[in-house]
Amino acid sequence: MPERITAEDVSHVARLARLNIAPDELELFTSQLGDILEYAADMAALDLDGVEPMGHPHGLRNVMRADVLTPSLDRAEVMAAAPSTESGMFRVPPVLGEEL
Amino acid sequence: MSDLTTARQMAASVTARSVSATELIEVSLAAIAERDGEISAFNLVTADDARRQAAVIDARLAAGEEVGPLAGVPIALKDNLCTRGVPTTCSSKILDGWRPPYDATVVERLAAAGAISVGKTNLDEFAMGSSTENSAFGPTRNPHDTSRVPGGSSGGSAAAVAAGYVPLSLGSDTGGSIRQPAALCGVVGVKPTYGLVSRYGLVAFASSLDQIGPFANSVSDAALLLEVIAGHDARDSTSIPQPVADLSAHLDDGVAGLRVGIVNEFMVDGIADDVRRQTHAAAEALAAAGAIVGEASVPAAAYGLGAYYLIAPAEASSNLARYDGVRFGLRVDANNTPDMYDETRTAGFGDEVKRRIMLGTYALSAGYYDAYYGTAQKVRSLIRRDFDRAYEQYDVLLSPTSPTTAFALGDKTADPLTMYLNDICTIPTNLAGHPAMSVPFGVGDDGLPIGVQIMAPMLGEVTMFRAAAVLEGAAPAGSTTNRVTR
Repeated sequence: MPERITAEDVSHVARLARLNIAPDELELFTSQLGDILEYAADMAALDLDGVEPMGHPHGLRNVMRADVLTPSLDRAEVMAAAPSTESGMFRVPPVLGEEL
Repeated sequence: MSDLTTARQMAASVTARSVSATELIEVSLAAIAERDGEISAFNLVTADDARRQAAVIDARLAAGEEVGPLAGVPIALKDNLCTRGVPTTCSSKILDGWRPPYDATVVERLAAAGAISVGKTNLDEFAMGSSTENSAFGPTRNPHDTSRVPGGSSGGSAAAVAAGYVPLSLGSDTGGSIRQPAALCGVVGVKPTYGLVSRYGLVAFASSLDQIGPFANSVSDAALLLEVIAGHDARDSTSIPQPVADLSAHLDDGVAGLRVGIVNEFMVDGIADDVRRQTHAAAEALAAAGAIVGEASVPAAAYGLGAYYLIAPAEASSNLARYDGVRFGLRVDANNTPDMYDETRTAGFGDEVKRRIMLGTYALSAGYYDAYYGTAQKVRSLIRRDFDRAYEQYDVLLSPTSPTTAFALGDKTADPLTMYLNDICTIPTNLAGHPAMSVPFGVGDDGLPIGVQIMAPMLGEVTMFRAAAVLEGAAPAGSTTNRVTR
């Protein structure tokens, strides 16, 4: 198993997961995640040579449906749940640069 | 009317029009109004909707229509089940104000069967927890002792049945989230075979593990509710395309000749003495009823908790990526979209959810995928293999549901790993995909309920319920299910 998770690792995964972790939270999260990963590392005691990974109880297989039109969700009802919309689209702040 | 305690009695009386659906709903709402300020099982009580639906059912019955097997029965729904136009929060700030534009399949099936939802119940945020303390709405309390937790994550649904508000409720179980609160609250709780119940409209936590299931005050009512919600649904690609077995018809078949294995790996240090004692007593009760009882071994199950805390967070980190402030729920405004994502997610998720998202992201990240996620998936294969081997020798397996009776609020919140250990006996069956249920069987040294877990092979619900019915009938005086027959 890899070495114990560091504060830098936690900062990195927080970025990947789009979470801001305050400096005072970082130490606690690092120690808690380290304990959980250390507990899980007991799995190394098992002989896993030749064992296939299991992703799903029934195996993974695609399920197709017939290509026929069926009613879908009401557009207005779906859009009404959004924080901000414009002309039937989801409105977000600028992605690049500042507000126009 | 107060003698109507089971869902079956209620539905029969409503159908025979000896009591109205409206009267049943008023009794349920009055019970909630009287005690839920103290228990906090509900995030939302939908009293007006419930009264309207009850009036419709009464009118249909008056007009001579058939209503269904749950005619007029009040039911509570875990607040991670989508209800059209009714707030669905997952007990998270990030879904603040969201009203789903559709009903979950189970919600549609309940309505078609005549059941009436009285509200949405509290849970650990996004079903991540074992005590219902990780909720944006505050904790739910155990009706048997309000200084104790109800278990979790479906603690509100378990407490709603235990407090007598409703005879039935629905929860979801990813690693024990139905069975553990059922045990701690002294009610029956069932995690069906993976794929037996459609998850369309269940807010996803860990998709290869999540399953919806019933809570009830009796084994028979749990069977009835499972029959109503089970069955193929084209809207869930993991749904099993075959008819549902008739559970009710076999509840009285007994256990003569049934082979029952007590799982050694679940009777270890860390399981409280009183819980082990009751599990042995349950085995003796099954033997007295004609079962052949022995010891079973599922060696890889000892590694289930470790594998689960890599697999479930990995899947959660992916499933919870959808909460970004764009299409629904909370948005924290910022000058640009990337900052809006960060600030929305940081403000919207609680600490346990953040921990699991980070853990899952780490387990899936470059350089660690094979060591963590890949290893956990191989261990999952071994757990399934070891269960399947045990089921060559035994028809059902028996164990404690939870290592202890209900613990005090605040006892385990400081250390996540200590909290996770609550699910050591329940997690392995989620990894395998098998069905399992918890049945109350006596009380602990503190007088609080103890549940024993019955596990069965894939789609083995009929046999599992037969064993559960025998245990219920043999449960010691003081076991909470006894109140339905007295």
